[in-house]
Amino acid sequence: MTSGVRGEDSHPTGAPAGGRAASAPLLGRESEPTLFELSEPGRRAWQLRTTGVPDVPIGRIIPDAHRRERPPALAEISERDLVAHFTRLSHRQFSVDLGAYPLGSCTMKYNPKMCDAVAALAGLADVHPAAPTSCTQGWLELLVELEEALCAITGMAAATLQPAAGAAGELAGLLLMRAWHHAHGGTRHKVVIPDSAHGTNPASVTIAGFEVVTVPSDARGCVDLDALVSVLDEDVAGIMLTNPNTLGLFEQDIVAIARAVHDVGGLLYYDGANLNAILGVVRPGDMGFDIVHLNLHKTFATPHGGGGPGAGPVAVSERLVPFLPGPRPVRVTGTGPDARFGWATPAQSIGRLHSWHGNALVLARALAYILVHGDDGLRQVAELAVLNANWLRKRLSSTFDAPYDRPCMHECVLSASTLKRTTGVKALDVAKRLLEEGFHSPTVYFPLIVDEALMIEPTETESLQTLEALAAAFERIAAEAAEPGGAEAAAGAPHATPVRRVDEARAARHLVPTYDAR
Amino acid sequence: MSGYTPHTDTDVAAMLGFLGLSSLDELFDVVPDALRLAGGLGLPAGLPEPDVLARMQDLAAANRPCGRDLVCFAGGGAYDHEVPAVTRALASRSEFVTSYTPYQPEVAQGVLQAVFEFQTLVARLTGLEVANASLYDGAAAVVEAVNLGVAASGRRGVWVSHGLNPSWREVLVTLAAGSGNRIVDVALSGGTTDWAAAAFDGDEDPGVLVVAYPNYLGCLEDLAAARAVCDRTGALLVVAFDPVCAGVLRSPGEWGADVVVGEGQALGMPLSFGGPYLGLFACTRAHVRRLPGRLVGETVDAEGRRAYVTTLRAREQDIRREKATSNVCTNQTLMAVTAAIQLGWLGTTGLAEVGERSARAAHYCRQGLLAVSGVEPLVETPTLREFALRLPIGAALAVERLADEGFLAGIALDDSFTHGHGDGLLVAVTERRTRAEIDAFVAAFEKAVR
Repeated sequence: MTSGVRGEDSHPTGAPAGGRAASAPLLGRESEPTLFELSEPGRRAWQLRTTGVPDVPIGRIIPDAHRRERPPALAEISERDLVAHFTRLSHRQFSVDLGAYPLGSCTMKYNPKMCDAVAALAGLADVHPAAPTSCTQGWLELLVELEEALCAITGMAAATLQPAAGAAGELAGLLLMRAWHHAHGGTRHKVVIPDSAHGTNPASVTIAGFEVVTVPSDARGCVDLDALVSVLDEDVAGIMLTNPNTLGLFEQDIVAIARAVHDVGGLLYYDGANLNAILGVVRPGDMGFDIVHLNLHKTFATPHGGGGPGAGPVAVSERLVPFLPGPRPVRVTGTGPDARFGWATPAQSIGRLHSWHGNALVLARALAYILVHGDDGLRQVAELAVLNANWLRKRLSSTFDAPYDRPCMHECVLSASTLKRTTGVKALDVAKRLLEEGFHSPTVYFPLIVDEALMIEPTETESLQTLEALAAAFERIAAEAAEPGGAEAAAGAPHATPVRRVDEARAARHLVPTYDAR
Repeated sequence: MSGYTPHTDTDVAAMLGFLGLSSLDELFDVVPDALRLAGGLGLPAGLPEPDVLARMQDLAAANRPCGRDLVCFAGGGAYDHEVPAVTRALASRSEFVTSYTPYQPEVAQGVLQAVFEFQTLVARLTGLEVANASLYDGAAAVVEAVNLGVAASGRRGVWVSHGLNPSWREVLVTLAAGSGNRIVDVALSGGTTDWAAAAFDGDEDPGVLVVAYPNYLGCLEDLAAARAVCDRTGALLVVAFDPVCAGVLRSPGEWGADVVVGEGQALGMPLSFGGPYLGLFACTRAHVRRLPGRLVGETVDAEGRRAYVTTLRAREQDIRREKATSNVCTNQTLMAVTAAIQLGWLGTTGLAEVGERSARAAHYCRQGLLAVSGVEPLVETPTLREFALRLPIGAALAVERLADEGFLAGIALDDSFTHGHGDGLLVAVTERRTRAEIDAFVAAFEKAVR
């Protein structure tokens, strides 16, 4: 590691950057064969327990009409080749453990390994979800403790832990909204969403049976209060807001927004995608929100698994508690060591949302993360996340356009608009170039209201040295873009990755969704 | 302070100086004063990792996990199948665990190819042409299948066999409050679905039929009969299958399913108190543009080399917004990768072996339990890994008593299966149960139900 020879340009401060993955051997000039191409008839990896169960012919148990003629063709492979295959695949994959992952809106922070150890405890991982409560007191207590912590963090009264991801939480929250209005004699049809919202918001609104009403953002990048007031009426069930919003900006009019929505009898839904910015600083409940979902795989560092699993608990204010999904883990009697726990379904529950109790092992990791940070530690997470984002915003605001040039929260949204106009290098090219600099790309082309958007969320777990290296990489990319041939070079990026620019149009035009469709 | 943030005091001071600020508090000047927390959150102070681990170990110790001290005979969608060390090791690789959704395919070929292989394996198991990159769980998969079916048929009537996992049906009903789908419960007769009864009761043709194979009671449904109803009415056939039983049963695709869904937990995931599990979803190619969630497709890179990328993205929420086929974004990718590894380990012969061994063990266990005085079959149709019994005492009481003897005896069936008697028990037996364990279970059962 300490070769003593460091490219000055890659480490302008002279300090090595912990989160820069440029030195990693992302292998693979050749593509990895599929499991099916590695298959050789007669090979096998499986070994099963010796049971002594009588070897009855299977035809005596399963009628011929239901039996397959031959087993489904999977792959025939040795354990050694299986390990090599998936290990090689893993070498073709960027990850937080490898380097910085400033993917805006995704909060790709470091995932503490201690939480992996928690999820691997047999006393948690090997518990059957239908086991009687006499066998699951530890799990029930864990879930109740997590619910209480999430309520303290959000300023809400109670929560459901069933939703398996943020979008599932949104749907749960909207169904709660529907049930609440229904119980109060209303049938409201509309839900208001700002034009900067995540795509899951409008999609969830439709699936929950509501109609989307979009309100524009104003010049400050926040909800246009006048525009909002003009669409509020007795048919509005509520509003979905992300605060800080997807531009990384705090909605400073939130109190006025809450009053306006409540005045027409609507409810406020808080999309917790950006909760990392405000931990311990301000709570959605105090802002006037009635329903809050949390993304435990963002704010509470449960690893994202290449796209999931997540967990999207939904916390609500007192008046919505009777409608929460059931069954809920509850404290039945006693406190402290004498406490007994069980399940209960609220009187007007909207019903069940998950096959069992939610993504339980993800929930356990999140509780461990909360316990290790505690009150001060969580606030420090927000402080350092916001510090890092503002440092990058200021450093890069002379390299890219800063459409909303004021202090941000946990992420900043810049624009490659001028770069594109002057050099032809687009936000997408910047993203691809950054990959070969040893960093994951920021989110690009979102939020939709920013032209050539670069949405950068460094998170609190990256060091100043990493931020400096990241900023230097962005600056180098912009400088090279302006050189002769710069646009062509950028359009050809990346070079130093397992594959080069991938033909997405062809994938859609000639759909090959399985190996057998080739 | 945790050890996960690298900032030294000097770093913080330098960064604040760069921003022209004198304290971290000033970062939050944009938050109105009245809203800012005066005190803390009211949570305890942070603990060092070893203390947290000790606390979590205390909680874990208050559970009774399945294993030698609580031998598992429970199923209901969560099964105690073999998970070898190799599956655990490969699925714990941090490249798979700590990456995000593969938005930049050039550095995500590992996850993308593993998911492509997963899709291929699920397509082969279901007998259909296309499988997606996963959904949350079995319940979420059946919800999405119903939404696809309603959109494709243009009719909101959904006939759901009472043999579907009752939790999944509950989720369907919960979400129908928003979608407006009409969920019709179609009764069982002798353990399998009586479609004729539904056909006479309904005054409108269904848009979707949902049936489980095997069903919740472990019975093998007549899928040809369900297909016939669909052919007559134009409804889509959604089959909830089991990926382990699929090693020995004819595939739902062969029976004419339009959409196949399932719970993939049995493919390498621990019991995990119910999650994270794996929603399986496959459909015919005709419906691919209505597919919910992510789909990985093969393509090439700029040098013509094979590469993978998420495709048909115009269906998805981040592009289509309120017109998307589904709101799903985060799914269960790591579980899909786990299932691909586990199916690679099992291979063609292993999956069939697990299915057959489970069936033999269940058959042996069922015979033993039926010899216990007062125990009767709840239904008499053929079963594989799981079967339903009628007990001489309450099933919940039997489960409690047998837990004291070291057995998780099964799941007490709800009243809808037992006509309110509370005496129905659902028992599952996997390839991991030995003859000695089964014999000891039968002996304990005999005492428990006296």
